[in-house]
Amino acid sequence: MVARRLGLGVLTLFVISLLIFGAVELLPGDLAQEILGQSATEETVAAFRRELGLDLPAYQRYLTWLGGVVQGDFGTSLANGRPIADLIGVRLGNTLFLALYAAVIAVPLALVLGILAALYRNSLFDRAINVVTLTSISFPEFFVAYILIVYLSQTGFFPSIARIDPDAGLGEKLYRTFLPALTLTLVVTAHMMRMTRAAIINLLASPYIEMARLKGLSPARVILKHALPNALAPIINVVALNLAYLITGVVVVEVVFVYPGLGQLMVDSVSKRDITVVQAAALIFACAYVLLNLLADVLSTLSNPRLVHKR
Amino acid sequence: MTTAEQTPLLEIRGLRIEGRSEGKWNEIVKGVDLTLHRGEVLGLIGESGAGKSTVGLAAMGYTRDGCRISGGSIRFDGTDLRSAPMRERRRLRGNRIAYVAQSAAASFNPAHRLIDQYCEAPVQHGVMGRAEARADAVDLYRRMRLPDPEDIGFRYPHQVSGGQLQRAMTAMAMSSRPDLIIFDEPTTALDVTTQIEVLAAIRDIVEQFDTAAIYITHDLAVVAQMADRIKVLLQGEEVEEADTEAMLASPREAYTKSLWAVRSHARPERPPAGPEETPVVSVRGVTAAYGEIPVLHDVSFDIHARRTVAVVGESGSGKSTTARVITGLLPPSAGDVRFNGTALPPSYRARDKDQLRQVQMIYQMADTALNPKHRIREIIGRPVAFYLGLSGKRLTERVRELLSLIELEPDEFIDRLPSELSGGQKQRIGIARALAAEPQFIICDEVTSALDQLVAEGILTLLDRLQSELDLAYMFITHDLATVRAIADEVVVMKEGKVVEQGGKTAMFRPPHDPYTELLLSSVPEMDAHWLDRLLAERGELPAEE
Repeated sequence: MVARRLGLGVLTLFVISLLIFGAVELLPGDLAQEILGQSATEETVAAFRRELGLDLPAYQRYLTWLGGVVQGDFGTSLANGRPIADLIGVRLGNTLFLALYAAVIAVPLALVLGILAALYRNSLFDRAINVVTLTSISFPEFFVAYILIVYLSQTGFFPSIARIDPDAGLGEKLYRTFLPALTLTLVVTAHMMRMTRAAIINLLASPYIEMARLKGLSPARVILKHALPNALAPIINVVALNLAYLITGVVVVEVVFVYPGLGQLMVDSVSKRDITVVQAAALIFACAYVLLNLLADVLSTLSNPRLVHKR
Repeated sequence: MTTAEQTPLLEIRGLRIEGRSEGKWNEIVKGVDLTLHRGEVLGLIGESGAGKSTVGLAAMGYTRDGCRISGGSIRFDGTDLRSAPMRERRRLRGNRIAYVAQSAAASFNPAHRLIDQYCEAPVQHGVMGRAEARADAVDLYRRMRLPDPEDIGFRYPHQVSGGQLQRAMTAMAMSSRPDLIIFDEPTTALDVTTQIEVLAAIRDIVEQFDTAAIYITHDLAVVAQMADRIKVLLQGEEVEEADTEAMLASPREAYTKSLWAVRSHARPERPPAGPEETPVVSVRGVTAAYGEIPVLHDVSFDIHARRTVAVVGESGSGKSTTARVITGLLPPSAGDVRFNGTALPPSYRARDKDQLRQVQMIYQMADTALNPKHRIREIIGRPVAFYLGLSGKRLTERVRELLSLIELEPDEFIDRLPSELSGGQKQRIGIARALAAEPQFIICDEVTSALDQLVAEGILTLLDRLQSELDLAYMFITHDLATVRAIADEVVVMKEGKVVEQGGKTAMFRPPHDPYTELLLSSVPEMDAHWLDRLLAERGELPAEE
């Protein structure tokens, strides 16, 4: 079953690679013309196109590109000729670091808040937590980011520019990137927390929950031991979606805090018509989505004894 | 067994419970008294809605969501459960009072192994340590005659059969050696043959540990085997209470007598159809499988106009699968289904509108078979419009006719939602929806098993009348032999996907039988307090494990 799921994942990636390549093809404008400027003669432009391989038919360029990617070679940047793997490597590391930082705060926080909200459902605490998380998710990310800068940076607690030195120690890095991580936490917590709460409450009318109560168990034990294990599948899936978002959806936050992540690189490359870099970044984002969803599927399966232990 | 001066274990006085529906509190238990001494078993019977389960749960100081105790007192061994703080009530539950639910399959947590669920109550209440509880579980599994008692606890609920789960749940209720167990319809969801094993095991263990019990059921014959005393409830009020033997011999109240009377109903068998008559439906050598798993093997039988063929057997015997083959939901791998002599296409997709119209179904759970958002007008009107092409005034007229046919007042019911109907009324709407297509043949899948005896009786009478008026052929799927006796002309007995015996009803209920039919027939509880003892003595051993 897992093998089939893996196969589907690979197929999805293949389709995505087609889509990415096709979409980039549709972008208006011509890179050679762009680089050489309006004054270039037609011959020079044609020669330059040949040099870049832009004169070949699309399917040939696609196959060459895909063949390289499969071997880990993303080609070279059209804009400055540097290998893309080098360009992306550091940026990807930064993006993953920030995503992990935010996830380490947000996931446990969301689960704990969700469980507490389910335990004290309809209480003042439940309502308060719902209002707060919903408010934070309702504002655009840059707004949340600027609010945090006003209150936490201009008062001198944390730096508002998260430019990090690769050689800095972990403590220094965590301190410098605290504000972007907090912004992301505020953005993703509500979704996960509300799903946790809903998945648990959904089960509270089940006969086995009544049975647990009639065994005289404490409300906390009923929720943690009897409801939560059966609510894991939907929770895992929402967590995976949010983790994927933390990797791929952080462009705005990176821009606000001047954080050298992959999102910023992608935006820059789009404006420079650096097609190969855009393709590579898009493919990496797609991979993150596919892998995390794959992981979620496998974990949900493992959380269900009916699928793990056959009759 | 009990003496008057002994303080009772459980004493309920003037218990009133309210339930919330549509924003109003309605009284659903109206002043019930109940006294139970140590080691005594009280049977609590009544139709659904009588408040049996509500009273049973209240004996644990528990009410379901949307219910509240509004009056009276519940004293358990000196503790007033109404006024006791939550913590105190929790200390008693699962420890000194335990609960056995109707559906063990739904009441065991699917995420944990049986033995961990067994150990939970005694360990949490500090009755014993985990290792001790585990050893104890194996002992009780053995006493409950579960197969493989050493290992069965390490299975998950989905890996164990229904009858075994119900016994595992009774064992779990015993885990803290409670003084009182509430059994809430513990065998209602089981087949008759499995029911006997569970009843015998429950009775033994309750005797061994001298546990008091409240045994809730709607089946009089079952309660007669289990209880020392019987209390009859009707719409939240007590009708009467007496020792079991006295109650069986001479019920005092008219309502109790009417409960007793239902079982004696039976329609005589109609003469068999002549050999020259073409059957309406003819199932011929049908073999079918779900994927790789074979379910039906060479099943053949005929159903003639104005006749009812009852298909009986335990769950998993292939009754419903046969219905799925006839309706075309599951194309068979061999054999075919003929309608008035012509073979129907195997899949419903290939059948034309007229072929679809001729075969209709009525379902077991009228609750889930009706779209809750549609009014009766739409529920019955859709098949009329779809199959017969009526619309506007003529459509409404036809819906009203159908409502009259099922004995519901058209003006009153046509604009109601399913939620505004009782269980019996919903089932009548299910019947009207099937009739709307004007079929020749209707499959009734356990249509009365979710209903109380009196209501079921009404449905059976209605189906009978419609059959004579409209010349219908019925296939009646059931596991209840009393229903068979009431309505069938012919009987088909199925086991493990094969037909083991078929023939006229009268012949079927007269010996000699096929051994499996004999087992089914003898497993139907009788209204005699000593039936179970006699049966177990006759069989010597319990039937072999499944």
